[in-house]
Amino acid sequence: MSVAPSEVELPESDQQTRPDTPWLTIVWNDPINLMDYVTYVFQTVFNYPKPKARKLMLDVHHKGRAVVAAGARESMEHNVEILHGYGLWATVSSDS
Amino acid sequence: MDAFRRSSGGVRTKFDAPEAALLRSLIEQVMSLLDDADEGRADPAQEEPGQVIPGRDAGPGHPDEILDSSVHDIPTSAELDAMMGFSPRTRAPLDPALARLLPDAYRDDPDASGEFRRYTEQSLRSAKQEVAQTVLDTLPADGGPVKLSREQAQSWLRALNDVRITLGVRLGVTEEFEDEWRQLDPLDPRATAFEVYAWLGDVQESLVQALS
Repeated sequence: MSVAPSEVELPESDQQTRPDTPWLTIVWNDPINLMDYVTYVFQTVFNYPKPKARKLMLDVHHKGRAVVAAGARESMEHNVEILHGYGLWATVSSDS
Repeated sequence: MDAFRRSSGGVRTKFDAPEAALLRSLIEQVMSLLDDADEGRADPAQEEPGQVIPGRDAGPGHPDEILDSSVHDIPTSAELDAMMGFSPRTRAPLDPALARLLPDAYRDDPDASGEFRRYTEQSLRSAKQEVAQTVLDTLPADGGPVKLSREQAQSWLRALNDVRITLGVRLGVTEEFEDEWRQLDPLDPRATAFEVYAWLGDVQESLVQALS
């Protein structure tokens, strides 16, 4: 897996994902979604503990985007579909 | 409106009548925005639902059905898409609010975005219609107590967010919304919409707090 762009940090647990699955779920900053709501969505959708969900939310807010999951392309597309259901601005990206 | 509070198995609050009427109409507006009837789908009027399809009337075991297994009425590609729940659309909607509700899944890959949209947009639209309907089903038109299961509360969060997105895009809100709102001339024609947008944020925030 190539190195992610410098301003993007992989969540800790994603370092355990297989190196042959270079796909990412990225959430982009937008001026509409509330910070607490975004945190809540990360907790609900990914089952992340609150501190991790909040850190990812702050990354989105301050850095403009954050990688919220990494893995196989299909499961990243599944994530994005769910996040769009919650109104988050999410995209799938190849980490290459 | 009172703040949402946790209650047995879910959350509860109270809306007064004007608030309930306001939220219901906003929800209905988003539902009509999501309703794709006018947005380039095959015109149902051009289809012929009453058309008799050869062989279709044959009862079980009818010789025609056994001997002739070919399909007489080949569906058009638009009809196939509809049968499978796929969307014939592969490009983001032109309406900026709708485009934000149904965004591209790939940032720099129109082909992949189009393919993703074809397979998922219809179900995303339906899901958004469903959560909006849940609000209409649980919010009395005349206001009053609202009691939601956790599942219904999730639907409310998503539906409220869709309304905020739609209104937020229309108003062109930025990260500096609070400042803009504070500095807005009370006579500015957008003043009411800004106030509604802020209120929707309060409702959603209160619901997130009650669920967290």
